[in-house]
Order: sequence, then structure tokens, then C-alpha cells
Amino acid sequence: MSEAAKAVIDATPQAVAPKEPVRRREIHWQDRAFRRIVLGVAGLVVALLVALVLNLIFLSQPALEQFGFGFFTDTDWNPVKEKFGALSFIFGTLVSSLVALCISVPVSVGSALFLSELAPRKLAGLFGFLIEMLAAIPSVVYGLWGVFVLTPWLRESVQPRLKFIFGDFLLFEGPPYGIGMMAAGIILAIMVTPTITAVSREVFRSISRNQREAALALGATRWEMLRISVLSPSRSGILGAVILGLGRALGETMAVTMVIGNRPQISASLLAPAQTMASVIANEYAEASQDLHLSALAAVGLALFLVSFVIQVIARLLIRPVKRGQT
Amino acid sequence: MQTNLVRCINFVIFALISPLAEVPLAGEIIHGAGATFPYPLYSKWFSEYRKLDPETEINYQSIGSGGGIRQLIDQTVDFGASDAPMKDEQLKKAARTIYHFPMVLGAVAITYHLREAGEPLKLTPDVLAGIFLGQIKKWDDSRIGAINRGVKLPKDLDILVIYRSDGSGTTAVFSDYLSKVSPIWLQQVGSGTALKWPTGLGAKGNEGVTGVVKRMVGAISYVELGFALSQKLPVALLENSEKEFVPPLLQNVTATARALMNKMPDDFRTSLTNAPGHKSYPITGMTHLLMPEVLPLEKGRKLKAFLQWALTSGQAYAEGLHYAPLPPELANRVQRQISRLQLKAGGRQ
Repeated sequence: MSEAAKAVIDATPQAVAPKEPVRRREIHWQDRAFRRIVLGVAGLVVALLVALVLNLIFLSQPALEQFGFGFFTDTDWNPVKEKFGALSFIFGTLVSSLVALCISVPVSVGSALFLSELAPRKLAGLFGFLIEMLAAIPSVVYGLWGVFVLTPWLRESVQPRLKFIFGDFLLFEGPPYGIGMMAAGIILAIMVTPTITAVSREVFRSISRNQREAALALGATRWEMLRISVLSPSRSGILGAVILGLGRALGETMAVTMVIGNRPQISASLLAPAQTMASVIANEYAEASQDLHLSALAAVGLALFLVSFVIQVIARLLIRPVKRGQT
Repeated sequence: MQTNLVRCINFVIFALISPLAEVPLAGEIIHGAGATFPYPLYSKWFSEYRKLDPETEINYQSIGSGGGIRQLIDQTVDFGASDAPMKDEQLKKAARTIYHFPMVLGAVAITYHLREAGEPLKLTPDVLAGIFLGQIKKWDDSRIGAINRGVKLPKDLDILVIYRSDGSGTTAVFSDYLSKVSPIWLQQVGSGTALKWPTGLGAKGNEGVTGVVKRMVGAISYVELGFALSQKLPVALLENSEKEFVPPLLQNVTATARALMNKMPDDFRTSLTNAPGHKSYPITGMTHLLMPEVLPLEKGRKLKAFLQWALTSGQAYAEGLHYAPLPPELANRVQRQISRLQLKAGGRQ
């Protein structure tokens, strides 16, 4: 957590980061050796990434050759008839992650504000520790909790009421199974909350005391002070925190597959079952024996990688202007 | 060209990592991989057999039938294991002759969740297919009622189909059966380890499916019989090809294989579903060990001895773990097949 947090803090204007790595002439052989070792290790990581992507492209080639771009725009996934289209999985991954963010961002940023600005020190320490504990719970445990506690509760108490209040159409159409997109979104929201909270809290903490005092000295109320001198300069940091959380939500497999209903379909309803890219790979890989099926699963993996990559790029583009505006 | 580049990069990475990899211990460990369904029995067999012959160490990885077949084709394991027999094109790809040895029998049970049903539910092939196709939607449908006079069927309760979301041999046997009894199923869905389901929700594994069924009134699903027995799940009686309603019991599963003995091909690659015979349970399957015809000398000798043991004394462990043992006449035939395995010095180690 702290590593990721630091990376985001470094991106925020307040952090005092070294401008350039210190370069001195390396007279001692130990320095040179060390530099080479570290370079080698870093190079290995990059090579792994490249190999992974090339492998995915290579493995998914038969499927992509057969279905072309249609693989990403077709919803039909039928291993028996060997027709493969990944759109419903892409939809499931994106929407479940979006639902998760809609729930967890306000909660996470709110609790981060409380922990860094308002809570007494002892309480903040305890709360912070407990929230970070959420990140240590294995995802299969979240999945079990989802099956045994969350989905029955959604089915019996929450979803019938939502249907009653909002009507039986669009977002709340169809029978309330409990299992479905809503359950997946809530589980994911809980799973990404510790990430977003911890990183946002570190971002808030890195803002110097002077800024807060300046705002108060100008007659700002506590809320105005938080808004002007804490929240506003942290925008890019919070965005970074959200992207880190999103990364976890996109790739989460076990907990999601246990509560989402595993039905490849595109439905506007939050109550309907769906299926994600990560979970179809985990579900079908072990028993897939036809080459085309395996290749199609690899292509889904490639699609998941591309989606994550595109989101990272968008995030970079979003973070940059905010940063410039501040400096 | 791309392939070469990928291989090249992989090679560099493996070259860097391989010194860290596990070095095999002295002695010849026999490696196998495949089906998860028989894994509890196999691991029992391996540990019991090792008490008899401490020299034979077998390392079995239950990675799934598909994975087992792939590894056997790639020659990274000494033997594979699969619930469904290998297909012709897979055998062609293997580049060596592969033998199938049935080891033990299993079946698929239909489980459901109805409050105060009274008697166990009875299902005919038509009704079962109708439910899983989404054509029969309510529990008080007259087609269910007609064959279940003694069962209290709830009024206006939706039938919720739960299926296995993970690829599985259980799904393969179940869909193989439905394809045999329902032309509509055959045409619309077909059979395989993973399907495009006409209706319902998917849950992962026998445990996942059971977890959902137990929590949803009106749910129906299929699970591996051993799991249903050990969890004491309510199971439906199925009408077999002789129009008799048969409960999924281990002795009926063994009886199914016995009824098919005359039709069993020499390579044992056959489906046991919808078998003839009064006692036959219609959704039955068997799990196989897969081995190349020619085995390296030392490992081959050990494997042959182990297989002989598993098909005789070993069968006694089956029922305790909720597997149906092979009928003795089938076990005899498999043993004759085992004697055809050839040993060759200096073969692949």
C-alpha cells in the first residue's frame, strides 16, 4: 500500500520529490556493479511484461483471425458451436467496476478526510488500521460472504424495496435473485475501498500545514478550509487513488464470479446476472480442450489487458492537466 | 516470425529463472495430471498404494480434464486423466497411441430446493430438458404435476435453473444426456464442458451450485453424485430408457455400466448416458486414466502394477468416497487392456 501511496503522492504538487536522480561519476567498482544489477532487475520486469503481451497476442491469434474485430463487438459466446464474442464480458467488467467506484469513491474519500483531518489521532490510527485490514482479506472470503450474507439480504430486503420505489424497469428490471451485477458491484466496492482510502489519506497528509492555517487565517470555516486547501489541491492524487482501485476491480476474479451469476449477457438492469472477462477465463480455462476455445480465452485476456491499458492512459491524460494547473 | 520472437524472449526469461526452479528429487516420481472429479479417490489410492510399495511415488495434479489431455499431448506428464474420453482429433494430435483405462464410475444427480415437498421429485427426460431449456417455467406446471402426484408442488413459484459456470466434466455428462433425449437440446445447445445456457444463473463448482440452490427456494441444478450424497442433498428420481424411475444410488450406477458391457468398445471410449437396463441410472459417466502405449521401462513397470492394484483391491475404496466401483466384468476387461502396455528401455524419462 505504502509504495502505491508514495507513487501517487509523488505525482501531487506538494510532495518534495528529488528533481533528478543524483548522478556522480562512479569511481568504485561496487557502484558500477550495483548499477548494473539494478538495471538488470528492472530490465527483467520490463521483459516479462513484453513477453506476456507477445504471448497473449500469439495465443489469441487463431481466434482473432477467425472472428476478426467482431470478437470484441459480438455478444455470442458458445463453446459448443465454437462461436466466440467477448462483448458481454467486456460490458460486465466495465459496468461492475463502474458500480463499485460509484459506491466506494464517496465513502473512501470521506473516510480518508475524516482520518487525516477530523479524527483524534488515536482513533485515526485504529480506524486506518481497520480499513487497511479490509485489503488483507482474501477475495474468496469476500465471495463466501457475498454468497452467504450479502446476496440473501439483497434478494429479500433490498432489491424488492428498490423495485417498489423505482419501478420494475431499466435499472431494476427483472426478478430479484440477489446474485447479479449489483452484488458484484457492492463486493468490489468493499474490496477497493481500502486502496482508495489509504492512498487518499496519504495524499491529504502530504499537504503542508501552512496551507490549512492560511485558509483558516483568512476566515474560512472548517469545511471551506478542507475544500480550498485540502480537497482542491488533491484532485490529481485522488484520481490516482481511484485508478489504483479501479485496477483492482477490473482484474478481480474469485469474489466476482461467486456472486455475479456468470451469465454472458448485456442488460441495463442491476439485478440481472452478468459475466466478467477475468471470471470467464478462470471458469473455462481448465476444461477447455478445443484449440479455438483456448485461443478465444487468451483473446479475452488480451481484451482485459487492453481495457486496463486504455484506462491507465486516460488516467495519465486526466492527471496531467490538473497537475499543470496547480504548479 | 512473431513466434520466434516470443520463444526467444521466453527462453531468455526461463534461462534466468530456471536455476531457481525446483530440482526433482532422486528417484523416479511418476507425474500425472487431469480430472478433478476422481482426485479424492486417486490421492487415496496413491497414498494407500505407497504403503504397499514405497518405491512408487505418484504426483497427480488435478488441473481439470482438458488440462490433463493437453499435458499428455505435450508429453509433459507420464499419464493424463479425463472424465470424457479423448476425441479423435485429440488422439491424432498426440502423435503416439493413447490408451484409455476406465477407473471408476460417477453420475450426475438432479438437486432442487422445494419446501415441504414430501416425496422426492420424479422427472422424465422431456420434463428435465424442458426445465433446463427454459420452456417449463413454473413448479406447478402440469407436465411436472402429471408425474409427481405425491409431491406438494408450490403454486406459481418460478423455477430457477442453476448451472455450473466453470467448465466441468459434470456439465459434459449432463449435456451429453440431454442431447440424447431431447432433439431440441441437441440442436439449440449441444454438449460440452462449457455451454451457452438457454436460461438460469451460473455458479462455480459443485460447492457454488449447492450454495445457491440451498439459499433459493425454487432452484434446480445438477451436481456430481458423490457430492450430493456426502452433502445429503435432495435428489430427483429420473426415468430411464426402460421407463422406470431410478434414484441416483451407487449400485444403480454400477448396474448401468454392467448393462452396457456388450456395447462397450475395445478402447472404452464411449458414453454411458441413457443406458438400457431396468436399474440403470440415466446420467452416468466414467473417468479414465490416459496413457501412451509405450512407457519407459521403470515407470511403466510401476504404473502397470499400480493400475492392476487399483482395478482390484483399489476398487474397495470407491464407495467410502462416494464413487461407484466398476462392475467386475468391466474391471477384468480393463486389466486385459493394461497388459497390452509396452515397456521400453531408454524411452522418455
